[in-house]
Amino acid sequence: MIEIFGIPSQALFGQLLLGLINGSFYALLSLGLAVIFGLLNIINFTHGAQYMMGAFAAFFLLNYLGLNYWLALIVAPAIVAATGAIIERLFLRHLYHLDHLYGLLLTFGLALIIQGLFRNQFGSSGIPYPIPEALRGGQNLGFMFLPNYRAWVIVLSLTVCIATWFVIERTRLGAYLRAATENPTLVRAFGINVPRMITLTYAFGVGLAALAGVMAAPIYSVNPLMGADLIIVVFAVVVIGGMGSIMGAIVTGFMLGIVEGLTKVFFPEASNTVIFVIMVIVLLIRPAGLFGRTA
Amino acid sequence: MLDPRTALLAVDNLQAWYGESHILHGVTFDVFPGEVVTLLGRNGAGKTTTLKSIMGIVGRRTGSVRFEGDELINKPSNVIARAGIAFCPEERGIFASLNVEENLLLPPQVKPGGLSLERIFDLFPNLKERLGSSQGTKLSGGEQQMLAIARILRTGARLLLLDEPTEGLAPVIIQQIGKTIRLLKEQGFTILLVEQNFRFAQTVADRYYVMEHGKIIDKLLNSEVEANLEKLHDYLGV
Ligand SMILES: Nc1ncnc2c1ncn2[C@@H]1O[C@H](COP(=O)(O)OP(=O)(O)O)[C@@H](O)[C@H]1O
Ligand SMILES: [Mg+2]
Repeated sequence: MIEIFGIPSQALFGQLLLGLINGSFYALLSLGLAVIFGLLNIINFTHGAQYMMGAFAAFFLLNYLGLNYWLALIVAPAIVAATGAIIERLFLRHLYHLDHLYGLLLTFGLALIIQGLFRNQFGSSGIPYPIPEALRGGQNLGFMFLPNYRAWVIVLSLTVCIATWFVIERTRLGAYLRAATENPTLVRAFGINVPRMITLTYAFGVGLAALAGVMAAPIYSVNPLMGADLIIVVFAVVVIGGMGSIMGAIVTGFMLGIVEGLTKVFFPEASNTVIFVIMVIVLLIRPAGLFGRTA
Repeated sequence: MLDPRTALLAVDNLQAWYGESHILHGVTFDVFPGEVVTLLGRNGAGKTTTLKSIMGIVGRRTGSVRFEGDELINKPSNVIARAGIAFCPEERGIFASLNVEENLLLPPQVKPGGLSLERIFDLFPNLKERLGSSQGTKLSGGEQQMLAIARILRTGARLLLLDEPTEGLAPVIIQQIGKTIRLLKEQGFTILLVEQNFRFAQTVADRYYVMEHGKIIDKLLNSEVEANLEKLHDYLGV
């Protein structure tokens, strides 16, 4: 068996893969948070619950409507995004002129309510969701075994992240979004329906969380609290990357997934806390985050 | 109204508030198609607030703002813009997160008949050279002002609200902006201009309204300026 730094290569690559998988979810989730924060100025604490709703939506679609995983990848995020649009219209809209704190408290409260409702209905043990037929099995790469579904998760996450980055940074729609982030009043005075854009942006960010939930269902099983722990880590990722930076969210998400995986290999005791340690260091040295613009 | 034509913009008893502060106390004036009308007045008179109220970006406003006969007073600013009014703010409002080209192309077309990019580059040759420039806010003050004017010419809006376009700029650039405003007038644009510099306004304006404490206190034609210099100096405190 090949060893690298005294570690069997199987274990090293295995953890690296696990890190990349986690990183895929961190990136998608923190990207959604960054998109929402950029335009709405709200720290969306409901994000973890919306990730969970995505997984449940996939589960319902499969079991009640017979819609398979591939359709769920599109339909589930669309449904959860629609609930996001309703939340924005009903609640968030009234908080934009207030401090971040109010949005955070409101979305945190919503997360507790949503998770509570799901737990009452479904208990807190996980419900399994099958890996789609086409992605079962895996590849023997020689140095490690790569399950197909996990490779798919990484590729899909990367693709969606880069596509989102491209739309925001390189298209006309993205220019509206960036401009409205800077000066919504003026953008609206040019004739753009900024309130509708805000609703759609929130829905899109929420949709990204739900997409991550669908992708997670076959790996982690579907569970009312699946987002609750994850979202704490994702917030640390967002703090490290810098609130509101699109590329920062993506790069930091994948990077910290990998760091976490490698820590599991070399220093397993620290693997659950390494992200928070990095967060503390970043907060002390560069409070705006690695990619954040210092205001 | 003695003038047989109907006003393009008719502002009547316009009142506006920022929170609790009552800023405009019944502003009334008209702008006719193809005119360049200037609002003069000291700092704090309410000129900017008047433009913002027409544009729909002051929270609370009452009275009447009619554009092409349609009442706009209760409309949100995106709808007002779509009616064919474009705003160039005093602080210019160039976006730092957009490059020069994105800044130029940002305002959407609201009506047919806006200037083509080619025509815009004829008016502002320096902008063309700066297109590749990274951040809109890296341009010089004069270039930012030109960009702020240029971007609203594409939209097809026929009424332009320009808030102190010459403020803080060098004389050559002020001349270029004056030339541009005269060209725009020839092209049929109607312009409501806010200025403190009436020497500049004199080179472009047809008529003036003078504002003080949130009201119109006087009006005059360009031909009447020379005869009323003393009064104007008094109004403007220069
Ligand atoms: N955002 C604001 N909030 C409160 N008061 C304001 C605001 N903007 C302007 N004002 C006040 O309104 C008055 C008119 O301002 P403004 O319209 O900017 O005058 P002008 O453009 O003629 O210099 C001033 O007394 C100013 O202090
Ligand atoms: Mg002003």
